[in-house]
Order: sequence, then structure tokens, then C-alpha cells
Amino acid sequence: MELSQRETWTIIHGMLAGALFLLAFAGGLAGLWSLRPGFLTPTAIKERMRRLYVGVWVMAAVAWITVISGTWIVYPWYRAKLAGDTYAGCAGFSLPDAAACSPRDFLLSNVSGQTEGWHSFGMEWKEHVAWMAPILATAVAFIVTYYGPRLIPRSKLRAVAIVMFVAAFGAAVVGGAFGAFINKVAPIV
Amino acid sequence: MKSEDTVEQDYSKAPEIAELGLEERPDGPGAAAMLAAAIGLFALGVLTVLAEASVGIHDWLETWEFGQGVGPLAGKTIVAVIVWLVSWGALALGLRGKDVDLKRWIWASAILGILGVLGTFPPIFTAFAAE
Repeated sequence: MELSQRETWTIIHGMLAGALFLLAFAGGLAGLWSLRPGFLTPTAIKERMRRLYVGVWVMAAVAWITVISGTWIVYPWYRAKLAGDTYAGCAGFSLPDAAACSPRDFLLSNVSGQTEGWHSFGMEWKEHVAWMAPILATAVAFIVTYYGPRLIPRSKLRAVAIVMFVAAFGAAVVGGAFGAFINKVAPIV
Repeated sequence: MKSEDTVEQDYSKAPEIAELGLEERPDGPGAAAMLAAAIGLFALGVLTVLAEASVGIHDWLETWEFGQGVGPLAGKTIVAVIVWLVSWGALALGLRGKDVDLKRWIWASAILGILGVLGTFPPIFTAFAAE
């Protein structure tokens, strides 16, 4: 079993960092949701808040790692212009080629079915909207840390934090889902 | 406008936090974090549309890639992050120790955030494509 350098980075970006953010979301949401009057004892609040502080900041850090590694390491391999303006270099390929046909070239060439939309809609949306996840996650982490247990009586603020947290998750879902689908159709090799 | 939530009011709504000995927390810094995030999202949306609408802006955003092959996405994201951090710093400074009417800030943030998301949606930003 062997992984190329590019495959390893794709895994770090999508399957480790990205997936960790998505999986941790449920825990973070449950933590925020349970900050309601009458739900927790003072001892439980202290314990819950410590866990929540660590959780939201780790999630924010992981979101940053995901978008930075995706944009600055993986994305240049995806978008390299190797096949020429007419994508002639992709002719005859059933998968992208590291030397002649990048994943972007491959998708836009339509040499393996109607694949253009994966780039023009999927990748174009993913590469932009995913950057909203770390910004929102960082703001949520700050709000949770700043207000702490005061979020329990302040239902409006708690709702705002939850909406921002869900929005961060939504942005990460768009990025993660299109990333997985595109890497299935046109893997980075 | 003053915040409706003081520590005493918090304690009356959730008596279980009374023994935690919490200090007063004005809403200004919370509002600053919220609005700054929305400004960052809005900036990303606007830059995405502008990169499509103007070849000059597209090329300028591409100069932020520092030879790494990222293209204009480098400029869009770096500039949006700078806008977010600078606006957060400025708002945090201006609202330090102050209470604000959170409802207004929430609405302003929601509108900017939604506009930002719309700006990054391909059918919308490609509608502004330069001929």
C-alpha cells in the first residue's frame, strides 16, 4: 500500500482535517444546545464550559488548517493548466494525468462524460464558500469564550452562536461534499 | 442603547450560574465579533463578484498567489481575511466596554452574511462575468 505525496495531502486536507471538523460539529452543537436554564448544575456547567471552550477553538483551528491546506497545497495541483486551451491534452484519458491533464482540465474537457459542471458549479462554489467556515467558527469560539456560562440565560445570543455554528458547518459541508465528489470523478494524482 | 441583560438579570433567569461568581460582560465585544465575521463574508462575496466582472481586479487578486499557482482565489481569500481581522480590531476597539442593542447588530450581520454567501454562489457571480 502506497500513497503519493499528492494523495497524502489530499487525505490530510479532506479526510483528516475536513472530516474532523464535520464530525466534531455534532458535539459542539450538542454543547451549545444544552446551555439552557435549569438543565445543568453549577458543577456540570463548569465541566461543560471547559469542554466547549476547547472544542470550539480546536474546531476553528481545524477549519483554518483545512482551507489553508486546500487552497495553498491541493488546489494548485487541481487547477494547473496542462492540457491547453482546447483541453486537447486530455484526449483519450479516463482519469486526470499529473503531466498532461489536471483534474480541472479533465472536468472541463468532457472527455469522460458531461463533467464540466463539477468544475463550473461544484469547485467554483466549494473553493469560495469553504473559507466562510473558519471565519464563522472563530467568531463562535470567541463568543462562547467571551460570554461563557452567561450564554445560559441569554437565549438570543445562544441562538446567534448556534446559527453561526450551523452556517460554518453548512459551508464546510458544501466544501467537503463537492471535494469528495470531485475527487471521485477527477482525482488528484 | 443599553443591553437588556445584566448579571442580576442573568442570575434571575438562570439561578444555577449565580454561584459561579461571573463578572459583567458588556455586549460590545460580542457584537464586534459577530459583525466583523459578517463583514469578512461580505468581502469574500464582493471580491468573488468583482473578480468575475473586472479583468483588472481579477489580475490584481492573482498577484497575491506569490507564484504558488492558486490564481485569484489567493487574493480573494487573503484580502477577505484582512478585511475581517481589521474590521474586528476596529469594532472591538470602538465597542470595548460598551453595551449595544444586539438586535440591530444581529440583523446587520445576517444581511451582510447572506449577501456574502450569495456573492460566492456560481450562478450569481458568473452573471457578472466580463464580456
